[in-house]
Amino acid sequence: MKFLLLGYGNPGRGDDGLGPWLVERLEQQWQEMKQGRQLITFLTAMQLQPEHVFDLEVHDRILLIDAGMGTTDPFVFEQLHPRRDDSFSSHSLSPQTLLAIYLDTLRRQPPPAFLLTVRGENFSLGVPLTPEVLERIDRARDFVCQLLRAPESDWLQQAGRYTGYA
Amino acid sequence: MTEQRYRHLETATERQNLRRVAIDPVTRVEGHGKVTLLLDENNRVCQARLHIVEFRGFEKFIQGRPYWEVPVLVQRLCGICPVSHLLAAAKAVDRLVGVAELTPPGEKLRRLLHYGQVLQSHALHFFHLASPDLLFGFDSEVEKRNIVALLRSDQFRDIGLEGIRLRKFGQEVIKAVIGKRIHGTGPLPGGMNKHLTSSERTHLEKDVDQVISWSQNGLDLIRRLYHANADYHQRFAVIRSHFLALVTGDGGHELYNGCLRLKGADGQILNDQICDQDYPHFIHEKVKPWTYMKFPYFAKLGPEEGWYRVGPLARLNCCDYIDSPLAEEARREFMQLDQGLPVQASLAYHWARMIEILHCAERIRELLADPDLYAGELMVSGEKRPEGIGIIEAPRGVLIHHYRVDEEGLVTKANLIVSTTHNNTAMNESVRQVAAEYLDGRELNEPLLNQIEIAIRAYDPCLSCATHAIGKMPLEVSLVDASGRTLQRLVKHGDGSLAGG
Repeated sequence: MKFLLLGYGNPGRGDDGLGPWLVERLEQQWQEMKQGRQLITFLTAMQLQPEHVFDLEVHDRILLIDAGMGTTDPFVFEQLHPRRDDSFSSHSLSPQTLLAIYLDTLRRQPPPAFLLTVRGENFSLGVPLTPEVLERIDRARDFVCQLLRAPESDWLQQAGRYTGYA
Repeated sequence: MTEQRYRHLETATERQNLRRVAIDPVTRVEGHGKVTLLLDENNRVCQARLHIVEFRGFEKFIQGRPYWEVPVLVQRLCGICPVSHLLAAAKAVDRLVGVAELTPPGEKLRRLLHYGQVLQSHALHFFHLASPDLLFGFDSEVEKRNIVALLRSDQFRDIGLEGIRLRKFGQEVIKAVIGKRIHGTGPLPGGMNKHLTSSERTHLEKDVDQVISWSQNGLDLIRRLYHANADYHQRFAVIRSHFLALVTGDGGHELYNGCLRLKGADGQILNDQICDQDYPHFIHEKVKPWTYMKFPYFAKLGPEEGWYRVGPLARLNCCDYIDSPLAEEARREFMQLDQGLPVQASLAYHWARMIEILHCAERIRELLADPDLYAGELMVSGEKRPEGIGIIEAPRGVLIHHYRVDEEGLVTKANLIVSTTHNNTAMNESVRQVAAEYLDGRELNEPLLNQIEIAIRAYDPCLSCATHAIGKMPLEVSLVDASGRTLQRLVKHGDGSLAGG
C-alpha cells in the first residue's frame, strides 16, 4: 500500500501554509518513529496543479491537506470524488477537479482520495500560524497517524463524520 | 524613439457623466489586478487603467532579517516562480559575502536550476493559461477557456498532456537540484550545497530527449496558430517600445548572468553591457497615485521616453544569437516577423516563450552531460560587504534584488524590482490600445472584456504573492454612472458560473 500525503498552501500567508507545515511535521515524526512499513510519499505544494495527476497515479491512497476559510468545524475529513466543475479560473484547482482531470487524461478511475481541511484564522502576509491553528494541527496530526495505520474501510467510515470534536 | 500612442487615455480630461467599468480581478494572472474603464454616454473610452490593488509590503517584511535567510524567505513571494526569487536573492547575497563569480560547478548547478524553473513556468503560462484562448478562440464560451476544457476535448487533449508533462519535467529538474519542487534549499552565500547525483542524472536524462520533442511540438503549435491569423496577432495590443534584457559579453541570449542591454524600438542599441551593480544609475522608478505598482524607466531618457518591455519578447529582441542550435534556428525565423527589427506585437510573447522552452530543454540536456555538475568545488568565499545586488532573467523578465545590511548582517534596506513592474507602462499602454481599438463605441460584453485580459496575460504578469485562494475570487464587472449608482453588474463566480445583478 503506497500512500500520498500532499499538503498545499502558501507558507508566506499565515494559516494558508498549515497544509505543508503539517505534512513536514508528519514526515519528521514518521522518520523518527521508524514506522517504515508503510510506503508514504510526503509532498508539499503552494497550490494544486494538473501535473499532480502524475503524483496521484503512482499511489494507492491519497490524503490531501488544505487550509479552510470559513470552515465551520475545526477540521473536516471527507472522501473526494471527481467533479467536472469549472473552478479552474486561475493558478489553482479544486481537489475534485484534479480527480476529474485524472479521469480525463489517464482514462481510468483515480485511487481513493480524501481531503482533510483544517480551519485557518489569519491569512495575512508574513504572519506565523495562529495559536488556535497550531492546536488544531496537533489534533489533526494524531488523527492522520491513526488513519495511516487503519484499513481503507476505516477511512470511509470516518469520512464525513470526523470534525475535530470526536 | 518610442511613444505612448494611447497615453491620452491614462487620465480622462472631463470626468463628469462618465460610466466606470471595472474588471476585478483580472483572471488567470498571478495575484490581484483590476482594470477600470471610464466611458461616456456613447460608450467611447475616455480612460483605461490597469491597477494593482494589493500592496504586498514584502520589502518591509525582509527588513531586520539576517541576510542568509533572505533567499529562503523571498521564495514565498510567489507560488509560480519561487526559484527566480531564490536565485536573484542568492546572487545578491553572493555579493554581500564578497563573491562576484562562483566556481564552475556552483554556477552550472544554478543554471540547471534556472533552466528547469523557466521551462516549467513558461509551460504553465502557455499550456494552462494562454492556449485555451489560442485554441478555442478568443471569443469562445467562457467555460471553455481553461486547461480542464482543453484536456476534455479529443482534439487538444494530447497538446494539453504534453504541456503538463513539460511542466512536470521542469519541476523534476528543480527537485533534483534543491531537494524539493518548491521552497527547497541549494544556493548558499558563495555557492551551492550539493552536486547532482548519478541517479538524479539518470532520472532526468531518460526523459530529456522527449522533452525537447514536446518543446518542438509546442513551438510548431504557436507558429501555426500565429500565422493562421497573422494579421490579428500582429495588430492586437501592439505597442512600440524599447526592450531591456540581460545579454552575454558578446550579445548572446542570457538568463542567469550577463549585463543589461537596452534596445530601441528602431533596433538601435541605446545602452549595452550595464553591470548589474550599476543598475541604480540607469533605472529609476516613478510613482503614480492611482496604483501601488511603480513605473520603472531608463533614467537617461526620462519617464516619458524611457519606458521599456522585459520578458521573453525582450530577450529575443535584444540578443544577437541563442547558444543552442534548435532555439537559434527558431529565433532567426521569429525575427523575420518584423523584417529583423524588434518584434512589437504583444501576442508574440507567446511565440518567444515557446522558443525559450526549447532553449531551456536543449541546455538542460547539455548540462546533464557536464562533469562539473557531479564533482568539484562548490563554494567560494570573499570579504563581506554592506550592499549586494542580484539580477537574473526570471521567466517574466529582468528581476532585481538589492539589499543593504548592517554590521551584524541584518537587512536594513531591500528593494525588489520584479519583472511585472518593469512591464507596468507597457501593460497599461496595451490595455489602452485594446480599449481604443476594440472596445471604443461598442456595447460591452464578456468576450470584449476578455480582450483586455488577453492583452495583459500576454505579459504573463505576476501581480502579487500567490495563494490558492486566488482561484476562488469572483470576477466582477460593474457599470457605474457619474453619481456612483450601479447600472449593471455581472459576476463570474469561482466555479465559472455567471450571474447578473
